[in-house]
Amino acid sequence: MITSRRNFLKNTLSSAIVLITSTAILSQRVLADWSKMAFTAKNTEEALMALFNDSDATVSDKITIVSPEIAENGKVVPVEVKVDLPRVESITLFSEKNPVPLLAQFNFTGGRAKGWIKTRIKMAETGKVIAVVKADSKLYQASREIKVTVGGCGG
Amino acid sequence: MSMSRRQFLQVMAIASANGLLPQSVFAQRQQSADPYEIPNFGQIRLLHFTDCHAQLLPLYYREPQVNLGLNDRQGKVPHLVGHAFLKHFNIQMNTPAAYAFTHLNYVKAAQKYGKVGGFAHLATLIKRLRETYGREKTLLLDGGDTWQGSGTAYWTRGQDMVGACNQLGVDIMTGHWEFTYPAAEVLANLKQFQGEFLAQNVKVKEEALFVGAAAFNELTGHAFKPYAIRDLSGVRVAVIGQAFPYTPIANPARFIPDWTFGIQETEMQQLVNQIRHQEKPNIVIVISHNGMDVDLKMASRVTGIDAILGGHTHDGVPQPTTVKNRDGVTLVSNAGSNGKFLGVLDFAVNKGKVTAYQYHLLPIFSNLLAPDEEMQTYIDKVRAPYLAKLNEKLAVTEQLLYRRGNFNGTFDQLICNALREQNDAQIALSPGFRWGTTLLPGQPITLEAVLNQTCITYPETYVRNLSGQAIKTLLEAVGDNLFNNDPYLQQGGDMVRTGGLNYVCEPTQAIHKRISNLTLDDGTALDMNKQYKVTGWATVANQSSGKPIWEVVVDYLRAHQTVKLDKINLPQLIGVEANFEAYT
Repeated sequence: MITSRRNFLKNTLSSAIVLITSTAILSQRVLADWSKMAFTAKNTEEALMALFNDSDATVSDKITIVSPEIAENGKVVPVEVKVDLPRVESITLFSEKNPVPLLAQFNFTGGRAKGWIKTRIKMAETGKVIAVVKADSKLYQASREIKVTVGGCGG
Repeated sequence: MSMSRRQFLQVMAIASANGLLPQSVFAQRQQSADPYEIPNFGQIRLLHFTDCHAQLLPLYYREPQVNLGLNDRQGKVPHLVGHAFLKHFNIQMNTPAAYAFTHLNYVKAAQKYGKVGGFAHLATLIKRLRETYGREKTLLLDGGDTWQGSGTAYWTRGQDMVGACNQLGVDIMTGHWEFTYPAAEVLANLKQFQGEFLAQNVKVKEEALFVGAAAFNELTGHAFKPYAIRDLSGVRVAVIGQAFPYTPIANPARFIPDWTFGIQETEMQQLVNQIRHQEKPNIVIVISHNGMDVDLKMASRVTGIDAILGGHTHDGVPQPTTVKNRDGVTLVSNAGSNGKFLGVLDFAVNKGKVTAYQYHLLPIFSNLLAPDEEMQTYIDKVRAPYLAKLNEKLAVTEQLLYRRGNFNGTFDQLICNALREQNDAQIALSPGFRWGTTLLPGQPITLEAVLNQTCITYPETYVRNLSGQAIKTLLEAVGDNLFNNDPYLQQGGDMVRTGGLNYVCEPTQAIHKRISNLTLDDGTALDMNKQYKVTGWATVANQSSGKPIWEVVVDYLRAHQTVKLDKINLPQLIGVEANFEAYT
């Protein structure tokens, strides 16, 4: 039997929840230090310094950000990041215009995981979403502008 | 009194003899004065109408006087109006074609050539063009915006139009305003629709799939069938649907909470590749509600599409634009609005591939086409329960009333004046829709005419205090949806209409730099920090609490009896002089 998309999503999500929970329990203390600095950073560079002690990420066309051109709802903007680089260690997402630019960091263990994430972010105004990828101990980045607008007046 | 069919044919005969009818508008024909006599060409015929906005009856619809194209789009189709349009398409002044395609001498031409469109007249032409070609070799495509725009569509929840389209024999459609009915009603109407509804770019949100929302395909997330394959006497045609990408932004998302849209260019390319590989079609067509600028950009980037038959921006374009891309060429057409035109695209196929085409955008002159009896009977039947209400005369207009154009039309001004007076507000705002029919001087304003300009499923009005800064920000946001340099970031509507508010607009600037010098009608500058009483309608976010806009306009018309506008709140424009000849 082919697993339906719904069941597949349910299964994936429940395992993802387990993963997130265990990570949180295991490393609460560690998380507290880096996250405080990174999340209080007022711009992308500061946050990158706090996270990687390096703010220089090479622009790469091996990173694809998939998102709508215009957000249907700025409160929940779907964003997907696909990375075609070997040994992805982490994907970090920023929204340059947000009061706190750092959105999330996704860590990949074992060095053999496919660099792929899909999430929802919150944006108050039009701006760039930046994905910084750490792969094989180097930093790469890509960005994509997402427009946030008032609705109405459509013909 | 407009021309009879006999008189009209005489004019056409004279025009034809004098070579006044351009090939681009009416077919190259030798002696025939009949503009609908087009030669059969190739192996398949696609008939296309779009954006009829539920207009079952013949009507007047004035094409825009201002339709700005900025930067590299300046002076190009579809941003040509008036004399520039006539020149580009080689159409003579004072001809039926000039009347159909431009605003020039509009009142005189309308009085002479009469009304356009009407489903009974459209039906006659469609039957004829299918039968003379061979019905089995034709497809009838509807680009959407079919279920909204009239009182009867509103009261029957779009069902009068589903019935009319079934009667017309629509094979395939896509949509936009269809989605302004709640999702359950959309699905119920589609069950009654005998054609196929296609949309590659409408997906069920993952969050909704997770809790069990229905989808056409759970694995791909498509809410509707993305494409269809039709065999037309041995020619395999693939048709892909592209719904309006920004429906939940331009219209209320609350009616369709489970569906997500977007241009989805990458998915379009993948789908074309998949269809070409798996289905081995001879021709790939997109029936699109992107709007013409978006279609032009898409055609330049997505390969493998033979033609994009477009709508949304209501551009009546006599000949398709040929767009080159990496792998070949894609035709992009736009077939106007309000049932005013029928696009006819004939393809010749040789060795499995498209080798040539013939395109006509035929204006539907209601005096020149006898109404189809069956369709007329159907129309009379669906209108009967509402007829007395629709025909109520509320006032008479002393001047031409229309909407279409980048900035305030006269009918918009009437709506804004009604809003300001009835709601005792300083400023009125009214949406820049591209639908809304035209009234000639001396015509009565009936309830039907008011509904043709206002009938939507979110008609509630509001009165609220807004700061000068908030008003400016709003104008900037709407301006950017119209004038953004990237077509993918445009939404295809016109500028928000203002009543009691004047401004200077520089469309080529970036957002927050286009709008300046805002003043009230008495000349006072708008104070960015002061509050103003603003009234409007068609709010997208939350339902407003005021009465429907048509009630406001009806009350105003009953109180005034005649309409004569003193002032139109047109903005002063900077930096776009090359775009049009006259702007008054």
